[in-house]
Amino acid sequence: MWIDVIMVALVLTNMVALGSSRLRACIRVVAIQGVAVGLMPLFIHSFAPQLLLFTALCFILKGVVFPWMLMRTLRQLDVWREDSPYVSFGLSLLIGPMVLAFACWVSSHLRLPYDIHSATLIPVALFTLFVGLFLIVSRKKALTQVLGYLVLENGICAFGIAIAYEQPLIIELGILLDIFVGVFVMGIAIFHISREFDHINTDQLNTLRN
Amino acid sequence: MKLVAEILQPLLAIVLAPLLLGVINRVKAFFAGRHGQPFVQPYYDLWRLLHKGAVYSRSTSWVFRLSPPACLAALLTLTLIVPLGGRSTLLGFEGDLVLAAYLLALVRFFLVAAALDTASSFEGMGASREAFFSALTEPALFVALAAMARLSGRLSLPEMFAAVTPGNWATHGAALLLVAATLAIVLLAENSRIPVDDPNTHLELTMIHEVMVLDNSGPDFAFIQYGSALKLWLLSAVLVGAALPTGGLSTPLAMAAAVGGVFLVAVCVGTVESCMARLRMTHVPLLLFTAVALAVLALVFSLRG
Repeated sequence: MWIDVIMVALVLTNMVALGSSRLRACIRVVAIQGVAVGLMPLFIHSFAPQLLLFTALCFILKGVVFPWMLMRTLRQLDVWREDSPYVSFGLSLLIGPMVLAFACWVSSHLRLPYDIHSATLIPVALFTLFVGLFLIVSRKKALTQVLGYLVLENGICAFGIAIAYEQPLIIELGILLDIFVGVFVMGIAIFHISREFDHINTDQLNTLRN
Repeated sequence: MKLVAEILQPLLAIVLAPLLLGVINRVKAFFAGRHGQPFVQPYYDLWRLLHKGAVYSRSTSWVFRLSPPACLAALLTLTLIVPLGGRSTLLGFEGDLVLAAYLLALVRFFLVAAALDTASSFEGMGASREAFFSALTEPALFVALAAMARLSGRLSLPEMFAAVTPGNWATHGAALLLVAATLAIVLLAENSRIPVDDPNTHLELTMIHEVMVLDNSGPDFAFIQYGSALKLWLLSAVLVGAALPTGGLSTPLAMAAAVGGVFLVAVCVGTVESCMARLRMTHVPLLLFTAVALAVLALVFSLRG
């Protein structure tokens, strides 16, 4: 029951990320998604103290630190909207369910060694992963692409939580550290890009400036 | 007992529908810090309108005169199909959800036809918007009902809603939640409530539903007002039926729960109207796309379950 609620939360946050042009709302929604992913192991696996540590770390990093860093970049850049993505927001919203259907199809053909806690886990994790990829390729602003990267990571994390019986905590923590550094570096990089080029549209980054 | 329930469902809808508007108004007044009009004010308004004479523009034809009674007739038929916690309806049959959806479409058709018949450019604009937005809500409604049908294995509204039990929520919570969200958006859009349209606005450039009925007066306008109250009641009943797990309850208890649920929906609509600004006209399709997307997600989840 509760795991289904989290799955619906993941799907809905994905849809908001696909359909919203406001970067602030997107950052918040990706933060909510990260916290939801962090809550997943508590409802799937039997209780263990290191699960609480993982959830707490997810909450602090994805729920507080990342949004704070991205909001800070946003304020420095004074960019608030994704104006003209390659794929319009309405079309993205309609592509979303198709991607979910595709994820369901893929997961029904996926042979996993043992039973999964809930039938919706794998498709939703794959859906989150695909949405992250889609965001990276269909949006112009560098900041939205960072968000796409975070969504992608949430998908991978959810997938790992779904299939791993023995939670390899050290690996998860390593990944969390990786994306922390990633977001940190990307935040600085975006700031420098915008100072050099006066914008963060990635479609124009291949034109040379002297 | 069964027959009593079947007769009581349309009667409750017919008698209590305007009260729903009164509840919404009072909720909005509460949020605005006012005392608000009495709960039965919509009844007074209808009574007043019924005692006025109707004025018809010389540019209108029989289409304009036919429209209000036709709308009301279609909605009254709909009260015989949409259940209110009961296990059966007077007119129910296998597949009556299609009839229900198309009776709603018939209402819209007559409203749009009458608005075009007045030859007023503002009403034409309203008609065009109404037709466009409802073309987007209809697939959402159908796909959501299809997901419900898939979950319950039934094709008639009362049987579909009877299959919604707490146990069903536990196993198919995801799909039911998405269906409920879709139906909530459809309810707001179909009844021209706030994120889509403001029922109180009288600025022609942004009105949708209200602009189409500007030329109606007297009893005709009463029919249309009463019809929109009925429509709100019926769509709330559909939302409550799909979301409220009344499946295991006895019929009287389920009906009481459904009536309570309908009024709860009215309170929620009033709260949404008090807390939200209406969307810019160009953003409304995005909201409706979202409803379609949620419905499709519900269908995908129900196919997997």
